[in-house]
Amino acid sequence: MLATQNKESNAPASPGRGVRAWLNRRTGLDTLLQTALYEPIPGGARLAYVFGSALLFIFISQVITGVFLALYYVPSADHAHTTVAYITKAVTAGSFLRSLHAYGSSAMVIVLLLHLSQTYIYGAYKGRRELLWLSGCLLFALILGMAFTGYLLPWDQRSYFATAVGTNAASEIPLIGESLKRLMRGGTEMGTLTISRFFVAHVFLIPAGIFALIASHIFLFRKAGAAGPFSENPFEPTQKPELFYPRQVVMDLSLTALLIVGLGLLCFFVPMQLGPPANPADTQYVPRPEWYYLPIFQWLKYWHGAASVVGILVIPTILALAVIALPFLDRSIERRPWKRPVAMGAYAFVLFALVGLGLRSQYLDKHDPGIALQLAKQKTEEDEYMRKPFEPEFSASSLAAANVALADPLAAKGKAIFEAQSCNACHGDGGVGTAAAPALVGVTTKFSTEHLVELLTHPTTKMTAGGMPPVQLLPDEMTALIAYVKSFK
Amino acid sequence: MCACAGDSEATNEKPSTPALSLENRRSFLGALLGVGSTFVGALLSVPLLRFALFPLLRRTTELKGSALGALSEFSALTEPVMRTIQIEQVDGWRKAISEKAVYITKDQQGRLRVLTSVCPHLGCTVPWNKEKNQFICPCHGATFTPDGSRTSGPSQRSMDTLETSVQDGQLVVRFQYFRQLVSDKEVIG
Repeated sequence: MLATQNKESNAPASPGRGVRAWLNRRTGLDTLLQTALYEPIPGGARLAYVFGSALLFIFISQVITGVFLALYYVPSADHAHTTVAYITKAVTAGSFLRSLHAYGSSAMVIVLLLHLSQTYIYGAYKGRRELLWLSGCLLFALILGMAFTGYLLPWDQRSYFATAVGTNAASEIPLIGESLKRLMRGGTEMGTLTISRFFVAHVFLIPAGIFALIASHIFLFRKAGAAGPFSENPFEPTQKPELFYPRQVVMDLSLTALLIVGLGLLCFFVPMQLGPPANPADTQYVPRPEWYYLPIFQWLKYWHGAASVVGILVIPTILALAVIALPFLDRSIERRPWKRPVAMGAYAFVLFALVGLGLRSQYLDKHDPGIALQLAKQKTEEDEYMRKPFEPEFSASSLAAANVALADPLAAKGKAIFEAQSCNACHGDGGVGTAAAPALVGVTTKFSTEHLVELLTHPTTKMTAGGMPPVQLLPDEMTALIAYVKSFK
Repeated sequence: MCACAGDSEATNEKPSTPALSLENRRSFLGALLGVGSTFVGALLSVPLLRFALFPLLRRTTELKGSALGALSEFSALTEPVMRTIQIEQVDGWRKAISEKAVYITKDQQGRLRVLTSVCPHLGCTVPWNKEKNQFICPCHGATFTPDGSRTSGPSQRSMDTLETSVQDGQLVVRFQYFRQLVSDKEVIG
């Protein structure tokens, strides 16, 4: 407010008043905002250009919902499913947020494909945009990696078996396949180490890569400039530019708003399901991947034996390399789709192949009575599981303490003595130890039975000082007590 | 703070930045977008906040009541009887089970009363001594009458009574822990 008195004296360039002006002088925020908003788009704003922003928005949404889900999620085979069930069935808005995250991944893949298609059809990878395209390709791979690693984390039947198939497919790669599978799984079989690995990839490694690549993708995009319509020269734009703000911003935000509303409604009315916990012993379960992996799933079915190298490694590698190398291979400045028959033909072919494979997979499932029946059964099991209320998980140690009596009658008698003698008052239920006295777990491996009896009947001075009274018992009672102490785990 | 002259910076008029009237319309639109985005953001943060604050707004650690047996079982009680109850402690998505001994006894007016077996002195489990007709703590020798009143020893108060209720003819007790080494009963969990 002091600035008011300087109002007159600062006539030439008003520095502005208030917090915003001060912040701007210190940070240059306005310049940054101007750089962000006043980006020229040759030929003007268009609806076709909205996908990049929408993608960024969904990614941010995934990050936020993901961080919140981690408030309750525990990445271990013992607890993963319980904690996801807790999120889905018990925590307020948990089902909604989990759905937002799960459906968000599908939305991301869809918008990613649209963004990729727009770039490809508009020839927007041309004109010194090789690295921009390359960073986009890497982002594509990382996002599919996020979808793959995140899918396992709920550890329900569906996610367990889909990932078992997914990691198995890797083992088909010659030479390194088996090692690769074991590396992903953290062993030969799927288990708690697999969850840890997938979790670390899903929340630390891949996101770090995505953040870095998004930054470089946007930087490279701004460096090269917006490509504009396909009638535009990719090197030297000639058409009248329009700034990103306001029209393109409004269009981008409109699609974003549409996505928010759509996803919100979907999550609210058709929340994501959680199936029963993974049961590796289930031999009947028919695994099916998420829809965007169906074409690959179907593709892999066609390749067996010696030829599988071709289908699993050679063809996908050639395809991936062709996509990555596209801006290096296609050097013409022609961007109009109708003048690029080879590029458009290849695009249509791959698109139809993917859609066809996906549909074929669906068709086969529907028309194989055995599989259709099993899939329907799995769906029913999922629905049934969803209807059950959340059941907290027994803490294993407390359960062991409570149930040991059932196993061995001698130990059961010892348990009664342990409690009647108030041993549990200081040594804790099940001998887990408390602040008053040490744990007794493993004490029978440390000392012989004779030594233990001696210690119990004649405690050392150190024990007496800690409040341990001498224990007077009949010999068979002592045997029972020791048998119970032996059962501590 | 206000030697602003040095800080002042000409507002970067970009060559492509359009005329003033348009600029005004733009800042109006900008404000509109800002308000709209803030509103949507606030709306979206509602489920996030409810999700994060769930453990604070909902009791997630709770003790359920445990049934001790039919009320009629205890009507002809002549001395305290011990019952072991399993208490289930729910802690977020997990629950722990522990077993606790309680005594069903009668107070001086002959009404049923349930005592915790945890000694109010230092927390040892107090057994009932039939021969001496009193509770005698094995750790430090505190003694209590059959209704749990303190008679001698280091305990500063009588044995603690637990909240009871009758549900469908069953005597139900709600187990609680009390602070030790103090003369007044004080719940700690």
